[in-house]
Amino acid sequence: MKEIKPAILLLIIFTIICGGIYPAVVTGLAHAVFPNQAKGSFIADSRGRERGSALIGQPFSAPQYFWPRPSSTTDFAYNPLASGGSNAGPTNPDYLKAVAARVKVYRDSGVTGPLPSELVQASASGLDPHISPEAASLQVPRVAMARGVSEAVVRQLVAKTTEDRQFGFLGAPRVNLLVLNLELDKLPK
Amino acid sequence: MNAYEWMQTGFLFLMLLALVKPLGGFMAKVFQGERTFLSPLLAPCERLIYRVSGVEPEDEMGWQRYAGAMLLFNLTLFLALFVMLLTQHLLPLNPQQLPGFSWQLALNTAISFTTNTNWQAYSGEMAASYFTQMVGLTVHNFVSAATGIAVAIAVIRGFVRRKTSLLGNFWVDLTRCTLYILLPIAMIAALVLVSQGVIQNFSSYRTVPLVQSLSYDKLKLDASGNPLKDASGKPVTESATAREVTIPMGPVASQEAIKELGTNGGGFFNANSAHPFEHPTPHTTFIENLLILLIPGALTHTFGVMAGNSRQGWTLLGVMLFILIITFGVLQWAESSGNPMVSRLGVQSSNMEGKEVRFGLAGSNLFTVATTGTSCGAVNTMHDSLTPLGGMMPLSLILLGEIIFGGVGSGLYTMLAFAIIAVFVSGLMIGRTPEYLGKKIEVQEMWLSIVTIIVAGVMVLMLSGIAMITPQAVAAMANPGAHGLSEVFYALASMANNNGSAFAGLNANINFYNLLGSLAMTLGRYVPAIAVLAMAGSLAGKKYVPPSLGTLPTDKVPFALWLTLVILIVGALTFFPVLAMGPIAEHLTMLGGI
Repeated sequence: MKEIKPAILLLIIFTIICGGIYPAVVTGLAHAVFPNQAKGSFIADSRGRERGSALIGQPFSAPQYFWPRPSSTTDFAYNPLASGGSNAGPTNPDYLKAVAARVKVYRDSGVTGPLPSELVQASASGLDPHISPEAASLQVPRVAMARGVSEAVVRQLVAKTTEDRQFGFLGAPRVNLLVLNLELDKLPK
Repeated sequence: MNAYEWMQTGFLFLMLLALVKPLGGFMAKVFQGERTFLSPLLAPCERLIYRVSGVEPEDEMGWQRYAGAMLLFNLTLFLALFVMLLTQHLLPLNPQQLPGFSWQLALNTAISFTTNTNWQAYSGEMAASYFTQMVGLTVHNFVSAATGIAVAIAVIRGFVRRKTSLLGNFWVDLTRCTLYILLPIAMIAALVLVSQGVIQNFSSYRTVPLVQSLSYDKLKLDASGNPLKDASGKPVTESATAREVTIPMGPVASQEAIKELGTNGGGFFNANSAHPFEHPTPHTTFIENLLILLIPGALTHTFGVMAGNSRQGWTLLGVMLFILIITFGVLQWAESSGNPMVSRLGVQSSNMEGKEVRFGLAGSNLFTVATTGTSCGAVNTMHDSLTPLGGMMPLSLILLGEIIFGGVGSGLYTMLAFAIIAVFVSGLMIGRTPEYLGKKIEVQEMWLSIVTIIVAGVMVLMLSGIAMITPQAVAAMANPGAHGLSEVFYALASMANNNGSAFAGLNANINFYNLLGSLAMTLGRYVPAIAVLAMAGSLAGKKYVPPSLGTLPTDKVPFALWLTLVILIVGALTFFPVLAMGPIAEHLTMLGGI
């Protein structure tokens, strides 16, 4: 049992190194080099008020805003304290009913044709801040009408806030809805 | 797949292949005690650690002592974390004043992180303080990974050494692995992750006003916090308005980097790597995916280098890559074909339930096969919501025994057990004494190899059977029918094979899964580890038999194909009946409508 001493002492040493020094060094360097990211990429509105993190989606449902993906977080949609997906299986009858209800909301708002799947299927985190440019595009007429501005103006903002594939080939093109909706609110009334 | 997705997939595997040789060679140097470019900086630290902890680095251990030291260290790890979780509310760095864990959940979580499983029956942002995450879980992520790698290195020494009983010093392997390999890579990776938006701070959770406030139906709770139900058993709700939200913070990047690198997989947040604060951009998908595959891939080369024939390593890597790419192909096909029951409602075909837009289909699917082929278990996609055949791919990768890259270290040693079985079966066919790397494979090696590969499978099948006749376990299913069986089966497979991902609809925080899962994780981790160490002890004592005309070459394509077949046949024979009742039955239901 002469191994008990190293077992305990090495655990203490590694706790100091990996649980103390390592995160402290990473935190120090992160705040020196990437302070905004390290703190959560928070963004402000036109009046300088902090309105959330650019990485965390918000539950927009009014017609003058672009609508995000469905979210299955507990309590309410896009609750950042309860990240997670629906975990619905593909043949679950309750899930299929929920998707049908979401399709109906878009049909009622005047959208025709097959809907992009992400608009009616819940995200993995429940906090997905993005939708595809295609899913944004078919919401443009509704948003423009609700705001009384021309579709061209809204389309321009969508194009401005669309992020392309990273380095030209990684991931998928996407529109950040918190950024886009804050931009919309900056439009002259 | 579109052209971008082909590029993304190809780029990931090319980068991996490019890194296997330098990193694998570097690790071989580290474990053989040679000087590396990090030695001037780290060798003094290493010596200091040995002096303080009373380790004599030259004092090599036989297999029993090596296994004993490993077990004793892991027991210490478990006890430390168990106590920390129970007393979380008394410890510092807890700005949200989170309470301690229940003993069942603390037991399950402590075993889970000690065994490199990282099964999580709790939600990170709601249950774990910064102290727990950083001083507890992050440390376990490092040392449980180092434990696995140390055992693998001892097993390689067993193959390589001749007529000795000594396999190296566990404390030295553990220390070198953490200092020279895990810490430097994790440090760089963590900073790259922060540059993309992964958070790293100790602020208390931030409350911000919503741009548009939200009306919703709030569940009414009784005095003890359970949902109130009306006479017909439906939950009672009241209308409420959310005007602000609270966004969790924390030292995420430092944990995220080692969580992927050490194939641990325990998320800082409940949504794990799907959470935008853990995984904000497509670039982080690439980085994290690479980190998951990096060490298990490179260890095959370390094996080749230490065995004096690097083709032995490339052969194993080839088998791993082959099976991984095939499962990726099936998953990508299944998810882009989607769910006809949803398409019928007027929706495009690809399945986006439980996926994030920024990763795209290929980014989600690559991560899914990487995290289950290795024993990582971090998820950027909710596996529960995959199409039935799609979901069968991560499940199958777990069931094969975590050898398709596998856990850091554990993947390699379990794969070596499969290689021994492949050599033995082919030896029987051609009527020669089976040999692997110049060591005769005899009855004892066969026994130990079989124990190594069969223990998890036996537990999965038995525990699933027990679960199906336990009302509490069945009631925890979130989805009805065949999918519910898949949930339970996946949970037990994940724990027994130390993966840690889940069909997460299952309510796993109940005594049945917490306690039986703890047993499955413990046996699934230590029985194979002890068996391979015993085998290494036996092999190290044997003399070297030079290859003759009758020796089956184990560094060529035919052996790779044979090994692939052996792996697939063992997996299929063991698990096909359950797969037929779960995902395959659900697939047929989905095609035929309800």
